[in-house]
Amino acid sequence: MSGRPDRLSDVLEMRHIVKDFPGVRALDSVDFELRAGEIHAIVGENGAGKSTLMKILGGVYRPDSGEIYLQGKVYDIVDPRHARLLGIAVVHQELSLFPGLSVSENILAGEQPVRGPLGIVDRQGARTRATRVLAQFELDIDTDIPVRSLSIAYQQVVEIARALLQDARILVLDEPTSALTEKEKEMLFKAVRGLKESGYSVIYISHRLQEVFEIADRITVLRDGKKVDTVSSSSVDIDGLIRMMVGRTLTDFFGRNASIPGEELLRVSELSRGGRFRDISFFLRRGEILGFAGLVGAGRTELARVLFGVDRADTGTITLKGKEIHLASPGQAIRSGLAYVSENRRVEGLFRGMAVRANIVVTHLRDFSQFGLMRKKAEEASALESVRRLRIQTPDVERAVSNLSGGNQQKVVLARWLAVKPEVLIVDEPTRGIDVGAKAEIYALLRNLAAQGMGIILISSELPEVLGMSDRIAVLYEGRMTGIIPKSEASQERIMALAAGFSDSTEKGDGG
Amino acid sequence: MSRQQNGAESSPGMKLRTGKSQLQLPRWMRAHELRIVGVVFVVAVVLTVATPYFLNSDNLTAVAIGFATDAIIAIAMTVVLITGGFDLSVGSVLALGGMVVGLLIHSGWNMWTAMFVALLAGMAIGTLNGLVITGIKVNPLITTLGMMSIATSLTLVISGGYPVSSFPKGFLFIGQGFVAHIPFSVLVMVILLVVGDFLLRRARWLRLVYYVGSNEQAAVLSGISVNRVRFLAYVFCGLMAALAGVIATSRLSSAFPLAGAGTELRVISACVIGGASLAGGEGTILGSLLGVLLLALINNGLVLLNVSIYWQGIVSGLILISAVSFDILSRRKRG
Repeated sequence: MSGRPDRLSDVLEMRHIVKDFPGVRALDSVDFELRAGEIHAIVGENGAGKSTLMKILGGVYRPDSGEIYLQGKVYDIVDPRHARLLGIAVVHQELSLFPGLSVSENILAGEQPVRGPLGIVDRQGARTRATRVLAQFELDIDTDIPVRSLSIAYQQVVEIARALLQDARILVLDEPTSALTEKEKEMLFKAVRGLKESGYSVIYISHRLQEVFEIADRITVLRDGKKVDTVSSSSVDIDGLIRMMVGRTLTDFFGRNASIPGEELLRVSELSRGGRFRDISFFLRRGEILGFAGLVGAGRTELARVLFGVDRADTGTITLKGKEIHLASPGQAIRSGLAYVSENRRVEGLFRGMAVRANIVVTHLRDFSQFGLMRKKAEEASALESVRRLRIQTPDVERAVSNLSGGNQQKVVLARWLAVKPEVLIVDEPTRGIDVGAKAEIYALLRNLAAQGMGIILISSELPEVLGMSDRIAVLYEGRMTGIIPKSEASQERIMALAAGFSDSTEKGDGG
Repeated sequence: MSRQQNGAESSPGMKLRTGKSQLQLPRWMRAHELRIVGVVFVVAVVLTVATPYFLNSDNLTAVAIGFATDAIIAIAMTVVLITGGFDLSVGSVLALGGMVVGLLIHSGWNMWTAMFVALLAGMAIGTLNGLVITGIKVNPLITTLGMMSIATSLTLVISGGYPVSSFPKGFLFIGQGFVAHIPFSVLVMVILLVVGDFLLRRARWLRLVYYVGSNEQAAVLSGISVNRVRFLAYVFCGLMAALAGVIATSRLSSAFPLAGAGTELRVISACVIGGASLAGGEGTILGSLLGVLLLALINNGLVLLNVSIYWQGIVSGLILISAVSFDILSRRKRG
């Protein structure tokens, strides 16, 4: 094992890759081999290290230690351009196309054939080259139309075609199907299989285990920054794979729920909105924490936005304390007793340039105004009270909120909502990007609020968090609710299966 | 994924906490305003030393009257800039308001009614700006650029391109009269500035302006009616520009169809020098006033020192760029 890899069939070998970020070891001596002409899937929970590993391969990050061999030769990939020159093409989840330019212009971006001394673009030549690349996919795409007018799946193909044109031998597809319909997915898979036939090696990253089995030859499982194993996809089943992904013990980090759920607060019946989610029904009781698990894009945030009056539902009803409500704006939702801590603190939560005080009082300015004038002393007193109660670490309340750490920023946002004394609190990824200490404090706070009779909806992509905190767990998959299970019956494996689109076998008595 | 974000997001906060935890700098806004007060003071001292014509009441009164209209517009422009918006139509609305009041008085209207209609005209333009910007979501720069062209043209249409003059004494008092040795127009400006500055600091309604400009999405999710706030800012801006137009017509005893040309850029420059951010969320009326004052003093100084008027633009431009550069540099240092 100590010798250099000499098997010619390995186009890529990553060995003992280590990558540290402040406070976390994102990758801990990870090995990864990719054979010529194989489709190799990498799976793992959020935070397992998949993206970091691919960013190292793509030259975005440099590893702290470890080697990368391409065709048996060691390389130090210095930046994304270098990676491309070495034949590594990464197709990201977010497409990086020029929507207004034509298909051929996108595929040939920056490398248009030109003629004449003025460097006039040779349109016919460009068309021919683009068509030739696309021909590999056996797809009929008009190369003259703007990319904007293509479906997402076709755009995905254009993106791949662009990568191939740059002589890539290794293609990394990061969650390529997350925005695709079933039919589009089939089309993309056909294209990817075609590439494999022509000798390309493909690294395929996906949360959707079913798909992984469908397309991959081998699967590498990462967990907590370490490689668990690489297995052939025919030698493992879905349960085995899930066990490999989650196999870790729960700590009592999350505390225990002391409250017994009381009367019903909120009932949602057959709520649907466009292509985002459909026929969602559930109820929430006082003192209860209802977890919402599912993959990114499963429709949980979209559901929360409708519950909070930001977006409108197409059909279905929301009943709060026995009365049906129709919310036209977040303002109305707040007055009805709802609060929503959004998923993206930076973009949707914080007023970054403003003081901690201003960030806390924003939801209840009326409490501090007399004849329309703000009483700053009262604002300050109230903000200070919140700072003390939630143990927000800041020298004073006039400090700009952007100077606080992630955990303290999140507490500021929570303080804003607790001040309006909501009856239903929706928290969307409440511990994303914050350190372990602050996480524990936020868990304790949510527990405490539930004990005081608040109903809490906890949306989280971290399975241990949902499992540890919730009394019941609802699981969404592509906008549908695939199950809602009490804590006593919940396990990581079961939630993972539901979140990956497998219907609940325990409930329905068959494997689906 | 969450783990990487963890590392990336918590580190800057940590650095700040450990780096300069005890160092209590004065609030940024105040520091910025103090800085301009300092610059204004230095300019005033230099001018006093350089020319005997600067520090006397005639010259200072002339300067004050000269910048009264800019300062009045700057009040509203500050509010618009804080919402993250922009209004290029103020100069043309000044001309329109001035022309409307001039034509109406000329055709025998009561001066109060004429002034009222002129202000309504300004608000109408502001309403259109607000509707297009918040309703159709057209970029404020484009909307108000278009409106600037429309209002300029409208002024030319109603006036036939000719200035209107000869007004009753009562009307001329607004721009030329004195109350206890203080020009009436300057008095109006001072009252508006004091009230405006107080309200922008204290009024609940105007506090919303900062939230909207600081982070529109967060404001929406906090239950703020973002569109209403932005809409009203443009209506207010139209009103103040028209008021400035009324004062300008009275001061010059004449309504010029092309009055106010260049006002928009001068006022926006002054607000930015005074600490308003084009990205929104920052700015004060006091700061903007100081910006207007600084530009006015420098122009006055150039005139008194017999520097060709053609140099004014170069100096104003340099001040604008250096004020903003200084700000960026001083913030960068603080990290």
